[in-house]
Amino acid sequence: MSDLIDRRNNGQIGRPVPRKEGREKVTGRARYVDDLTSPGTLFGITARSSVPRGILREIHFDPGVPWNEIIVVTAADIPGKNSVLLLSDDQPCLAADRINHPEEAIVLLAHQDKYLLEQARRLVRFDVDPLPAVFSIEESLAGKQIVWGKDNIFKSYHVETGDVDAAFARAAHVVEGEYTTGAQEQLYIEPQGVIAVANASEGVTVWGSLQCPYYVHKALVPVFALPKEKIRVVQVETGGGFGGKEEYPSMIACHAALLAWKSGKRVKMIYDRAEDMVATTKRHPSRTRHRTAVDADGKLLAMDVEFVIDGGAYITLSPVVLSRGTIHAAGPYFCPNVRIQSRAVATNVPPHGAFRGFGAPQAVFALERHLDHVAQAAGLTPDEFRRRNFIHEGEKLAVGQIVREKVEMERWMDRAFALSDYHAKRNIFAAQNSGARVRRGIGFASFLHGAGFTGSGEEYLASVVGVEATVEGHLQVHAASTEIGQGTNTIFAQIAAEALGLPYERVDVVQPDTSNVPNSGPTVASRTAMIVGKLVESAAIGIRQTLMQDGVLSEGYDADSFARACRSYIERFGPLKATSQYSPIPGMRWDDEKYQGDAYGAYAWAVYVAEVSVDMSTYETRVEDFVALQEVGRVIHPVLAAGQIEGGVAQGIGFALYENVIWKNGRMLNGQMTNYVIPTSMDVPPIRVFFEEDRYERGPGGAKGIGELPLDGAAPAIVNAIENATGISFTHVPVTPEDFLKAWEKREERQIA
Amino acid sequence: MPDAADRILVECEVNGAKVSFHAYPMARLLDVLREELHLTGTKEGCGEGECGACSVEIDGALVNSCLMPVLQARNTSIRTVEGLAVGEKLHAIQEAFISTGGAQCGICTPGMMLAAVNLLARNPTPTEMEIREGLGGNLCRCTGYMKIFEAVMCAAKEMGARG
Amino acid sequence: MPAYELREPRDLDAALGLLGSGEGAWKPFAGGTDLMVLLEAGKLAQQRFISIWKLRELRGISESAEAVTIGATTTYADIRRHPAITREFPLLQRAAAETGSIATQNRGTLGGNIANASPAADSPPALLVYDAELELVSASGSRRVPYGTFHRGYKQMDLHPDELICNIRLPRRREGAWKQRYHKVGTRRAQAISKVCFAAGIDLDGRTVRDVRIALGSVAPIPLRAVAVENLLRGQTLNSELIRAAGETLAGEIAPIDDFRSTSRYRRRVARNLIIDFLGSV
Repeated sequence: MSDLIDRRNNGQIGRPVPRKEGREKVTGRARYVDDLTSPGTLFGITARSSVPRGILREIHFDPGVPWNEIIVVTAADIPGKNSVLLLSDDQPCLAADRINHPEEAIVLLAHQDKYLLEQARRLVRFDVDPLPAVFSIEESLAGKQIVWGKDNIFKSYHVETGDVDAAFARAAHVVEGEYTTGAQEQLYIEPQGVIAVANASEGVTVWGSLQCPYYVHKALVPVFALPKEKIRVVQVETGGGFGGKEEYPSMIACHAALLAWKSGKRVKMIYDRAEDMVATTKRHPSRTRHRTAVDADGKLLAMDVEFVIDGGAYITLSPVVLSRGTIHAAGPYFCPNVRIQSRAVATNVPPHGAFRGFGAPQAVFALERHLDHVAQAAGLTPDEFRRRNFIHEGEKLAVGQIVREKVEMERWMDRAFALSDYHAKRNIFAAQNSGARVRRGIGFASFLHGAGFTGSGEEYLASVVGVEATVEGHLQVHAASTEIGQGTNTIFAQIAAEALGLPYERVDVVQPDTSNVPNSGPTVASRTAMIVGKLVESAAIGIRQTLMQDGVLSEGYDADSFARACRSYIERFGPLKATSQYSPIPGMRWDDEKYQGDAYGAYAWAVYVAEVSVDMSTYETRVEDFVALQEVGRVIHPVLAAGQIEGGVAQGIGFALYENVIWKNGRMLNGQMTNYVIPTSMDVPPIRVFFEEDRYERGPGGAKGIGELPLDGAAPAIVNAIENATGISFTHVPVTPEDFLKAWEKREERQIA
Repeated sequence: MPDAADRILVECEVNGAKVSFHAYPMARLLDVLREELHLTGTKEGCGEGECGACSVEIDGALVNSCLMPVLQARNTSIRTVEGLAVGEKLHAIQEAFISTGGAQCGICTPGMMLAAVNLLARNPTPTEMEIREGLGGNLCRCTGYMKIFEAVMCAAKEMGARG
Repeated sequence: MPAYELREPRDLDAALGLLGSGEGAWKPFAGGTDLMVLLEAGKLAQQRFISIWKLRELRGISESAEAVTIGATTTYADIRRHPAITREFPLLQRAAAETGSIATQNRGTLGGNIANASPAADSPPALLVYDAELELVSASGSRRVPYGTFHRGYKQMDLHPDELICNIRLPRRREGAWKQRYHKVGTRRAQAISKVCFAAGIDLDGRTVRDVRIALGSVAPIPLRAVAVENLLRGQTLNSELIRAAGETLAGEIAPIDDFRSTSRYRRRVARNLIIDFLGSV
């Protein structure tokens, strides 16, 4: 694969070009799904179980509304298969006879009057014989109640390299720890929503707020037992996703389409916030146990890790979340003997799902907390410990991947420390903290994040991108990758424009519509810039090659001669299109059985430093300053890239300090924005972002993926800083002031004793 | 079902233009703006007055339109995001949100910009802390707020320069 | 929406006439920042409302030599900007500035907040410190109630179904140099519901406590005046032992609960810390 990037001076990559999507958004003209109206549209809502697990005996429709006017859909109305296909088909579209989690959808209702619908929903009653339910990782593993499969285990992995037990035998220090993370709600400001039309002759069309049109497409096909060509999914302007709109839209799309099918009308389904919070996916809660052996010099001898995530009631994407967490569990360090045993388990809560980071934030939280403790046991500062253990080019990561990048974690850590004044502050705070009303601390996390699908995942996806040229010499990019705030359309245009030496304004990205764009894979896994962007580049180059082979375009062309060439070609031959399909990286080998080999094409590397203050009167922790330094290959758009990091760090701050899901019998109790708190403009510190660039030859312009990276480092850096400030070790996030007080009082008791 | 007699006549000014229509008195101003007047720029994010995506200005005061019954909007002057630009000429705040990256997914942006212009009307030269306070009722999940602060500073400077 | 009636009476008399008519239970509707949230959550049982938002008789802040009187439908925005409030009732100014968000402050009213009777409301502790008095009106007349006795229990008030809160009267203090503090501990820095809300004023003569007022929110079913702590302090000399004792007494006087936002343990400890900090700083 030859690299034909045009290196003229008007390069687009690296420039803060005006966003393609900007004007529409600031004028209020951008049309999100709830902004789309059409006469005769019915509203659709969902009646859900309040029982976590049981046998559904009967559905009652109590009197009080004109039921004959209301469209009612139950499992019996499903024309095809009653399942929402993702990796597996265990999750029903509508519960038929078994309930497996609170808020499980049972009945769908549609009518043109949404107030009547609300009344109607309250009159739907379910007779459920309750069954014992399981609500935690511990309960699930204990196996007293089997709620899924034979043993409650969705998936497990076992990674082993070297001789872990022998290494423990000769360790100078062995340190154990257990770390847990709670669920986190994605809280995109635009709730889930879709519009559907469906009938047997024309098929099904869905317009929605979503990240992955082809996932929704794949789910609709078996539900309606229609051929693929009769299913169409269109992504409309989407107000945030963060993974929350990766798999869940398949469910709501099936629901809206079923109502449309039964009614013969267009149906719009928009969740209200409370429903969205309690019924849709959240980040998988996790429990990680570390046992680590180091030698007398503080060098890692062995890591033994047990990583468990709570997947909720159905398998959905848990195996993949588990996979990423497993691979990231040992971090950017060299350790010759590693064992990672991981499991995703079933509980009776709404299925957990994708949320930016996808297993890695959970695993990295545990690791980076744990290594601060290992450092302490070895008599080293946290940074000296890392310095002695960072991996280098040529060494193998835990899954056996040889690092083929020029990794300089020591230098990047030093730079992050200089930017945050880490060493000086550590000394000052240590001197000032005793007895202070406000204690200050500084902590860091060092980590990596693999971009793209794991192992052979990208090969399996076999993503395709198309580019078409118009008679005016403009380019149109056809991809299923969605713009959800991160700037997909902008960077694709930059990449294509740079590849052909054209002005950025002459490239546009068409709306992702499965009837019109090839499957470039889901907009997830930090793959859109690195994997799909590269396909955009090569497809664009394909257009040029076609024109040059035709003889109508020669070297040294400009935008105008390009346009003339396009017109000439199209007039003679018709549409001028090129496609590019992902081809596996030569030499990249991954063993799915042993879970060993080259997990990712490239990794981004990072060191994040958090400075906190802890108010000892109110036990509130505040992040005062945050430095986020990462090596990302190439920054395609400086404003968009910094924006990704800043936004991700803010979500990480929420994960660390504020966002707490309160559960009772499998149901989220605090499903209101008042009671599930995310940071406001008053809660975020200055978030200072810095990039290093070591170009990745397979990324467009050298770029690697960065979308999820920030979620890995913020929480452990903050909790490490809290320990630095107060001496208290927290092993769970979020760390709320109430948690802090509990730990502080325990220490006071110990001191008095 | 209630009949049209239950609706009331509402007359008010929206983005400088007089409008009149009938609506249920308790109907949320947010819904009336979006459905009756087809001004879909104002968004619903939570329906509980917590996210600010529905922020509009009523007689110069910032208000969460999801919490306002339309009866109380009678004879008021309302500004929504659609009233910021003058024809195709964008307001300084809109230009700033585009150029600084203050808008990512854009769903919080209309409300955020209204909060920003409202702040700048009361305080044309805010400090960063004053900007943070002024926007405290508008949640953003995408940006981490950094570029929003920058956008407001940028707009303040531009508006000051324009005099 | 169709099921809800919202009428706009032309003046206070008309509003009181409707409230007292016994036609069906009419409820007053001011800025709607509490009621609309309940309505949207489907938790609003009441269906017939009287909009009192524009009634002139209930709006505005007036001053006399003896008192500053705040009309019941005065918004937090107006309260926080008013010079007399800022100068003489800074705890209320702070409370108003920390209530909700700017958008909430433009629509939330003091009377509405009092009548909503949330134990976590931000202004009531300030009102208790300032010995506020409410004027209640109905079609049959008016009466005054000290705010300190207005709340009788969780969501139970000395307010008859045909009555409206007309205004809140704050007596102007004549003597003493009061040191005051307002501290709201919320779930985050902006737009937060309080977990503990502390308001206090103390008049010291040297180190002797001439008079003191301490009030808290979110630590009891109603906004609480810490009378036991006040009695402990009044007339005494402030020293570290007294301060510690004040903290213990406060911890015993309040009745905080566990809820979504916080724990009883946290509220009790923080309340204690806040009084100790305050007394230690004056």
